[in-house]
Amino acid sequence: MTVLELSTAPGSWTAVCEEARLTPGRGLAALLPDGRQAAVFRDRAGRAYAIDNRDPFTGAQVLSRGLVGSAGGRPFVASPLLKQRFDLATGRCLDDEAVVVAVYEIRAR
Amino acid sequence: MNPTPTIVLVGHGMVGQRFLEALAERGVTGRARIVVLGEEPRPAYDRVQLTSYFSGRTPEELSVVGDGFLERHGIELRTGDPVVAVDRAARTVVTGSGRTVAYDHLVLATGSYPFVPPVPGRDAAGCFVYRTIEDLLAIEEYAKGATTGAVVGGGLLGLEAAGALKGLGLATHVVEFAPRLMPVQVDEGGGAALLRTIERMGLTVHTGTGTQEVVADGGAVTGMRLSDGSELAVDMVVFSAGVRPRDQLARECGLAVGERGGIAVDAHCRTSDPAVFAIGECALAADGRVYGLVAPGYEMARTVAAVLAGEADGGFTGADLSTKLKLLGVDVASFGDAHGTAEGCLDVVYADSRAGVYKKLVVDAEGRLLGGVLVGDAEAYGLLRPMTGSRPPVPPERLVLPAGAGAPAALGPAALPDDAVVCSCHNVTKHAIGQCSTLAEVKRCTKAGTGCGGCVKVIEQLLPSPAEQGLCGCFPYTRSELYEIARTLRTTSFAALLDSHGREAAKGGEGCEVCKPAVGSILASLGNGYILDGEQAALQDTNDHHLANLQRNGSYSVVPRVPGGEITPEKLIVIGEVARDFGLYTKITGGQRIDLFGARVDQLPSIWTRLVDAGFESGHAYGKALRTVKSCVGQTWCRYGVQDSVRMAIRLELRYRGLRAPHKLKSAVSGCARECAEARSKDFGVIATAGGWNLYVGGNGGASPRHADLLAQDLSDAELVRLIDRFLMFYIRTAERLERTSVWLERLEGGLDHLREVVVDDSLGLAAELESLMAAHVAGYRDEWAETLDDPERLRRFVSFVNAPETPDPTVRFVPERDQIKPDLAFLTLEGVTSR
Ligand code: SRM
Ligand SMILES: Cc1cc2nc3c(=O)[nH]c(=O)nc-3n(C[C@H](O)[C@H](O)[C@H](O)COP(=O)(O)OP(=O)(O)OC[C@H]3O[C@@H](n4cnc5c(N)ncnc54)[C@H](O)[C@@H]3O)c2cc1C
Ligand code: SF4
Ligand code: FES
Repeated sequence: MTVLELSTAPGSWTAVCEEARLTPGRGLAALLPDGRQAAVFRDRAGRAYAIDNRDPFTGAQVLSRGLVGSAGGRPFVASPLLKQRFDLATGRCLDDEAVVVAVYEIRAR
Repeated sequence: MNPTPTIVLVGHGMVGQRFLEALAERGVTGRARIVVLGEEPRPAYDRVQLTSYFSGRTPEELSVVGDGFLERHGIELRTGDPVVAVDRAARTVVTGSGRTVAYDHLVLATGSYPFVPPVPGRDAAGCFVYRTIEDLLAIEEYAKGATTGAVVGGGLLGLEAAGALKGLGLATHVVEFAPRLMPVQVDEGGGAALLRTIERMGLTVHTGTGTQEVVADGGAVTGMRLSDGSELAVDMVVFSAGVRPRDQLARECGLAVGERGGIAVDAHCRTSDPAVFAIGECALAADGRVYGLVAPGYEMARTVAAVLAGEADGGFTGADLSTKLKLLGVDVASFGDAHGTAEGCLDVVYADSRAGVYKKLVVDAEGRLLGGVLVGDAEAYGLLRPMTGSRPPVPPERLVLPAGAGAPAALGPAALPDDAVVCSCHNVTKHAIGQCSTLAEVKRCTKAGTGCGGCVKVIEQLLPSPAEQGLCGCFPYTRSELYEIARTLRTTSFAALLDSHGREAAKGGEGCEVCKPAVGSILASLGNGYILDGEQAALQDTNDHHLANLQRNGSYSVVPRVPGGEITPEKLIVIGEVARDFGLYTKITGGQRIDLFGARVDQLPSIWTRLVDAGFESGHAYGKALRTVKSCVGQTWCRYGVQDSVRMAIRLELRYRGLRAPHKLKSAVSGCARECAEARSKDFGVIATAGGWNLYVGGNGGASPRHADLLAQDLSDAELVRLIDRFLMFYIRTAERLERTSVWLERLEGGLDHLREVVVDDSLGLAAELESLMAAHVAGYRDEWAETLDDPERLRRFVSFVNAPETPDPTVRFVPERDQIKPDLAFLTLEGVTSR
């Protein structure tokens, strides 16, 4: 059984869920030990990503509930509220270059 | 030179900021230290749109510096600290606060200052200029105690300032020395038309008169004496009599300046000292002109950035002086050789002095367009300006005639040559715009449309229509084409469809937020069963995914179906109890049902367990699906009713519930022609007649309301249902994404008549197939919530956190309002501060 783990601080890992729990193209939210929230995704190729769950445009913790897509071969999630897109690998907002969300390291064990 | 050279920019105005962006685009910000010294108390802002401050734009909104731009590129900005001296030998500058900064390259972008004619009294309290945000704040403050104002100068800026004073509630005079308004841009005929328009707006214009003296009493303005001897009683005066380049720093350190001012530069904007550049309004360009517009300044900024990046660059050799007045209510534009100075050129003029319209085009002997002036109707500006220098596709006289008077019907932007400059603020050609597919993309990639905005209309016309564009970046087909493909191939998988019919670059990818739900809806309406199963789960918007509507704080709303708006007291009580027990906000909707707001995602299953037990079903408020069929009370109770509208509404709502469509569907049934159910504002509306039912289609409320059109009359129950079956399935099959029936019907070739042929007369022989598709839908319908509750696997997604299923999301919080709850939005913003 493969489990996804998130790094919240250098060298410390938090288990999130079984890999199979994540439908490719959809996300799930995870609660981190310090109270922050992460949005975890898997793409069609099976790669996992984790970014902060907070939508910086509204403040709501909802990015995990957005739709995953890809542009120029790079996966993104579109916020379910006002549809701004965020690159899953870098956290950068594709629709407003000044906005970035945090990216968490993720691994399958 | 130092391994990390220092570039010092003096002046953080529009051109200075553009220069920084051009450096960043070329990667120079990563190789050099960049120091910006600005005199104004704030970072660069949009001076061109300065006047929009008076229509509600805040100074913050006027900023042209992207959030985090300076930090990201390591640029050091010091505001409110002007440079007071340059030591070229030591290569240092000194600021007002005494700071010394050494430079390798110095770039002067100090702009202009407003020229104030040396008349007595010009320093009295109540005298202003119109250049900075601080000027506007001061004008606004002073105007509170004033009733009458005057603007000295009837040029572009003067009229803008006059419009602003008028907007502040002052009786406003404009005093212009020249014999007409806007003398630089507009010729005599145009000036006359402009005068009429301006006077009609309630401004008093004095042309051919100079200002002799500002009269002051106790140090404050009380009036103005004009050169014709007359006097005006005014409380404040705004000088807008032209600008002068700010070249004093350059003069004092011995750089060459022009006879009439301006820091002399070569084609690469180098001053007489190769380590010093000058750009923008302070520079005297190589062609001997000082440009008072922002577009040429941007070109200069680009040139210097290219030089500093070590790129070859053609340099700045001149620019055109096209302008469009931004004053509300006045349409004035001039472009190219507006005054017809070229040898042998000819004028084509249309004037209607009653309407205040004047249009002049200047053409050469070969019929090439050289320039023009448009007053009163500048509609064609966006199109004509880019045509400058080429021969228009129709004779010039047809270009100035008003619409409907023989004006060309089909002269659109398509007629422009590829290299035509569509956006003159950012020098963007038609070709460059053709590389983008949406306005947002154009703005992001080329900056076109982000300056004065005068080109946006033309840009929109240059962008491909949805049919040419395909659904999105992933599919070259429209929704209706994809529907046919999916139906013919019996595709049931989004990934398979993407890999076989997607664009090359998108194959194997994830799709996007546009095509996923659109294809999801196609697959659902082709009868793919429960929409949350398998791969389909990943296609649905969060609303469909959680079978509820996401609200702004991350909570959800719950809307149980109330067919026809008829509800028993028992069911009302259940809704009330559920709302009370879960603490939900309740509201009667515009669709004759009840919305319960503020449910956390993990509460949805328990709420629905209670609702389903009481006999409720999903109301599909979340889906592109049938919403409600509203009804009036009808024949049973109403003295006027001629049919049982409630019974029919319930029948229709139960028949079409759960039907997935390109957009949402709404319906209503009225019991007589009084139309209390508002059926004609619905996608399909039914109105009772003595002989049966009239069916109306293609109506909606919303953003562009449209009344539905009568499709068929005096139908029996069975005929009515059959026609609606066919109508809906034909719509679902041929409409584009997010195209409501109204828009679809207007687009449909042959319109209502064609629709009637297909649906009523079965001209395409499709009717049987459409009916059987609907029969399959009706037979296959199952309540999504009941199915979800029955399946532990499906229920697993209703948790706030996958790794802490018992923990509710602590950020979904509420505060009280009018005895109920509302989202605690302040908490969400607060949260941002702590979690970042
Ligand atoms: C709740 C309600 C307002 C209310 O408090 O009364 C409502 C609420 C919403 N409307 Fe509406 N509309 C509601 C009646 C209407 C009506 C009136 C009616 O149906 O009689 C209209 C105009 C009639 C029409 O649609 O033709 C209406 C025109 C819209 C539109 C514009 C549609 C258009 O074609 O221009 C949207 C946007 C859209 O659908 O893309 C919209 C979208 C929405 C959404 C779904 C926005 C969203 O995506 O979050 C709102 C969310 C509901 C929620 O979270 O539960 N709502 N909306 C009404 C629910 C009716 C129901 O019981 O289902
Ligand atoms: C109301 C108004 C409407 C306009 N409308 C249009 C229009 O529709 N179209 C158009 O093309 N143009 C328009 N313009 C002109 C346009 O704003 C200018 O062409 C443009 O701002 C020039 O940019 P710049 O960077 O050269 O100068 P500025 O934007 O003036 O910037 C120069 C900056 O340098 C600072 N500075 C000066 N000296 C020093 C010093 N010694 N040390 C530090 N900082 C210094 C100044 O304080 C200023 O902030 C308009 C101008 C105004 C005022
Ligand atoms: S539409 Fe006619 S039947 Fe229905 S409530 Fe109104 S008046 Fe009565
Ligand atoms: S012409 Fe000014 S923004 Fe394009």
